[in-house]
Amino acid sequence: MSEIFEFIAAEYNYWIYVTLMMIGFYAMIAKKNLIKKVIGANIFQTAIFLFYISLAEVEGGTAPILMHGHDGAHAAHEVIYVNPLPHVLILTAIVVSVSTTAVALALIIKIYQVYGSIEEDVILAYRKQLAPEFSEHARQKQEGEQ
Amino acid sequence: MVTETVNSMVPALAVLVSMVASVLILAFGKYPNIREGWTFVAAFTKFSLVISMLPLILDGKVITYTVVKMLPNLPIAFKVDAFGILFAITSSFLWIFVTSYSIGYMRTLKEHAQTRYYFCFAIALSSAIGIAFSANLITLFLFYELLTISTYPLVAHTETAEAISSGRKYLTYLMIAGVSLLFAIVVVYNATGTTEFSFNGIAGLETLERTTLIILFIAFMIGCAKAAFMPLHAWLPAAMVAPTPVSALLHAVAVVKAGVFTAIRIILYVFGVDLMETSGLWLNMAYFVSITIILASIFAMTQNNLKKRLAYSTVSQLSYVVLGAVLITQHGITGGMLHIPYHAFMKITLFMCAGALIVTAKKENISDMNGIARQMPITMLAFTVGALGMIGMPPVGGYITKWYLLLGAAELENMILIGVLLISAVLNAAYFFPVIYVAFFKKPDKELKYKEAPLTMLIPLVLTAIISIIIGIWPDAPGLFLDIVNIAVANVTGGGI
Amino acid sequence: MSGFDMIMVHIPLLTVVTPLIAGFLMPIVGWIDRKLCWYWVMAIMFVVLLMASSNLYTVITTGTIHYELGGWKPPVGIEYVIDLLNGFVCLIIAFIGLMVGIYSKESITKELPNKIIPFYSVFLLLITGLMGMTITGDIFNFYVFLEISSLSAYALIAMGDRGDGVVASFNYLIMGTVAASFILLGIGYLYAVTGSLNMADMQNLLPDLYNNNNKVVLAALAFFMVGFSIKVGLFPLHAWLPDAYTHAPSTASALIAGLMTKVGVYALIRFMFCVFTPAFVFDITRMAEILTWAAALAIIIGSVLAIAQSDIKRMLAYSSISQIGYILLGIGLANLIGMQGGLLHILNHAFMKCALFLVAGAIFYKTGIRNIYQFKGLGKKMPVTTLVFLIAGLSMIGIPGTVGFTSKYYLALGSLEEGMWIFVIVILLSSLLNIVYFWRVFDNIWFGHPHEVEHIKQDEAPVSMLIPMVILAALCIFFGLFAYYPLHYILEPLSEALIGSGVGP
Repeated sequence: MSEIFEFIAAEYNYWIYVTLMMIGFYAMIAKKNLIKKVIGANIFQTAIFLFYISLAEVEGGTAPILMHGHDGAHAAHEVIYVNPLPHVLILTAIVVSVSTTAVALALIIKIYQVYGSIEEDVILAYRKQLAPEFSEHARQKQEGEQ
Repeated sequence: MVTETVNSMVPALAVLVSMVASVLILAFGKYPNIREGWTFVAAFTKFSLVISMLPLILDGKVITYTVVKMLPNLPIAFKVDAFGILFAITSSFLWIFVTSYSIGYMRTLKEHAQTRYYFCFAIALSSAIGIAFSANLITLFLFYELLTISTYPLVAHTETAEAISSGRKYLTYLMIAGVSLLFAIVVVYNATGTTEFSFNGIAGLETLERTTLIILFIAFMIGCAKAAFMPLHAWLPAAMVAPTPVSALLHAVAVVKAGVFTAIRIILYVFGVDLMETSGLWLNMAYFVSITIILASIFAMTQNNLKKRLAYSTVSQLSYVVLGAVLITQHGITGGMLHIPYHAFMKITLFMCAGALIVTAKKENISDMNGIARQMPITMLAFTVGALGMIGMPPVGGYITKWYLLLGAAELENMILIGVLLISAVLNAAYFFPVIYVAFFKKPDKELKYKEAPLTMLIPLVLTAIISIIIGIWPDAPGLFLDIVNIAVANVTGGGI
Repeated sequence: MSGFDMIMVHIPLLTVVTPLIAGFLMPIVGWIDRKLCWYWVMAIMFVVLLMASSNLYTVITTGTIHYELGGWKPPVGIEYVIDLLNGFVCLIIAFIGLMVGIYSKESITKELPNKIIPFYSVFLLLITGLMGMTITGDIFNFYVFLEISSLSAYALIAMGDRGDGVVASFNYLIMGTVAASFILLGIGYLYAVTGSLNMADMQNLLPDLYNNNNKVVLAALAFFMVGFSIKVGLFPLHAWLPDAYTHAPSTASALIAGLMTKVGVYALIRFMFCVFTPAFVFDITRMAEILTWAAALAIIIGSVLAIAQSDIKRMLAYSSISQIGYILLGIGLANLIGMQGGLLHILNHAFMKCALFLVAGAIFYKTGIRNIYQFKGLGKKMPVTTLVFLIAGLSMIGIPGTVGFTSKYYLALGSLEEGMWIFVIVILLSSLLNIVYFWRVFDNIWFGHPHEVEHIKQDEAPVSMLIPMVILAALCIFFGLFAYYPLHYILEPLSEALIGSGVGP
């Protein structure tokens, strides 16, 4: 039992990311509220960011800033620092994530203007109830086949 | 046997003529006289182009022309051999008659969408000639599908619910056939790396496993559904809703003839005589088509609608052609190939007569035709000529092909096939004589005045009737069909004449 | 070095950057005069087309182009690589983009009169995203471009039918985000095990890991497969696609249907063959086998669902699902012939589907009708438009002499070579299903109502809409008869290289 616990504890950051990702994924798929879907998407993406940042971690490392020694020579090799590349990647990914969220929110505003709701079932019911084209299709098809 | 090949673009031109004409027909759609003028010009040009190749073919040469390299190893190419030109002459010659007849028919009935009609007709003719001149299966498939598509608007021409549903039936059968043909082509290409027709069959097919070979053959024969074998014949009677010139086109000029032509191409030029014999496929196929010959004749007897009766008669006659090819004896093949033009001339006469009856007397059913010969004696005489040819009575052409077929069956000493041929002759008589009897000897219900169809319709049907007799009296005239067929048979059997 | 040469060197970069900058300049152009927007797009798309052609020409004559961004050497720096595969796809993107651009002039003026500037701005951004996805040789850079193209597509779709368009766009956004996140995760996994982001570098580093049965690489492959399957709308993951295609503005539908999924397929090929190696994807994990069966399923189910539709755009959307199946089937077969068939179908399907969507748009433009049961008499009213529909439709069916036939023929041959008779039957069966749903439209356009249509006058779409449709239809026939040329010069060497070990990006 304790072995499993240790296994989980040793890589706890990855477990957290997996858990967060599943929460986000669940919200995106199962929640009916569109805003909650977007929040789910954000959690999902943030989980992935955490994963990247975990990758970059080097034990005992410091921020990857180039430091100069007193004598003016490079002293960088003296310092253990974390891998900077994932951080840079994730900065980009955050920008992408923010844009996606912005677009999603803009769409939700539009949806609210048209349907007066941001609940998926309400919108679906509304579309079914209106559905002028659907009934029209059925009628036309019948006429066409006669 | 080495055949000399000549490279010439005449076959491509012959195919192209009616394509060009179709564009002109569309362009001049608003002026009926010019539009139909183009059709005539194209018909005559096409026929003269085809005929111009005949001397070379009679010399035993083959004309080839590669149009484009569609895919690596798969060119769209033409190759004119004796068998190809046989079909090409038949259909391009008959197109002239059908054009004249169409003009009379369509104008008298004031049909709608005539431009579309002539347009599709021209395309269909291009496809038929394309099929005749194809050098390989892919080219053949291209024109085969084009023929299906271009004849659909003709079949559904009247646009009534019945016409549309018949059109759908037509399309369904022929498209399934097309898909099956494509499947077979893919298998052939996969096995041999080529799809080019050869006088001895495509080399490499004999290496296939027996099961694969049988599946391949069946796929090919389903692909030839245009030849209306039973049980794939249902589209043909259904397509009788089309205007009569279209029926003539379907039955005599292009579609079903393209079907049997393809069937023979596949049997003799893809599989080849040797493979058919060693695999034993020939006998099975012979029995299979025999069933069609007999059953279709019986069905024909039950039809009261004249056009439908003729349709079933076609189903039966087409199987003669295939039967001849699968007998794989010299006489059998001669009979089969010869039946393509012979049946075309006789059947087109019959259909044009049926159409004339519809236009002039407004009668489609045999039971209404009591004494109709008093009203339309010329038409009914021509009809009689066609019918006698179908039954196989001299001097009309039909007896010659039947004679060859019987010779072929007799050579094999196969009593079943001989029996089938004899019984079917009796059955033919049984469904044609009543029509003649009703028309000539029954008392009309009311007094009928002499009134024939317009000349544009009457002349073609009289001419085809006369030709049916000429090819019966003088079959071996130099350059006529028997001459061509002899060369074709010599090609595939490898022997002299 | 002359000035011209200096520009020539940077063409791979310019192919991506030109539409990007032009897209951002669009508001200024529109502020000067709204009418200028279209000319601006035309000019840019024409330049992009020239650059894409020049790229492909260089690749064919002198070999793969490597372009180092900012002079940083790969694998550290970002590298743009153009080989036969993406040169080919880039040319398709640029060409279809130009065609749709020409078409958009009248269509957008009518459908979105108030959104001309944002539409064209996003239009160019979409082209940027697609070009970037194709050209880049760096997988993270790929992800960024993927998101640029996706976000532009969401925006374009949202401009469509009021309400429906927005909802379709939102659903696409959610699915697209899931897909992109999976891909990002896959990239992270690959980075974790190889420490590289350069595709060519990865291709060299990964094979060592396969032998150790590395679970991380396996997981990465799975993430990529699921992500791209959503992006291309492979059958069980296609739910977003029909709504998105149906409710987008006509122009956007044509663009997205013609290009988005194709580039997704391109990416799938690139990852399968050039990041992972064919040996891994086909032999070790047998992932390709799953792909092939899913593709076969997509072919049939897409066609069957298309039969059930009465909205022409929705019908075409379902047909797209089935056609994507063709492409993936060819790729999954992974023999020379099947591969060529699949790749050829990328080109062919772009022509056919784009033409069909343009026709649907033109009909909608003139009549406001999308229901195929209301198409009566259109054959007389819009003869050219409907003729294009006929040609493209016959092409979809796979009538010989059109592009649809050549790729189907190759796919059938390829399946047979693998001994997979069932796929041959699937391909042929789907041809029959295609006939069913296209013939229904043909019948409604031309047949079944001879007397109702007599009074109908000819009323064709504007010339600027007709030109691209006619060009595409002509190409459908041209490449049907001359398929030899793309096959011989591009696809044959390309397939050989891909199946060999993967062309190094």
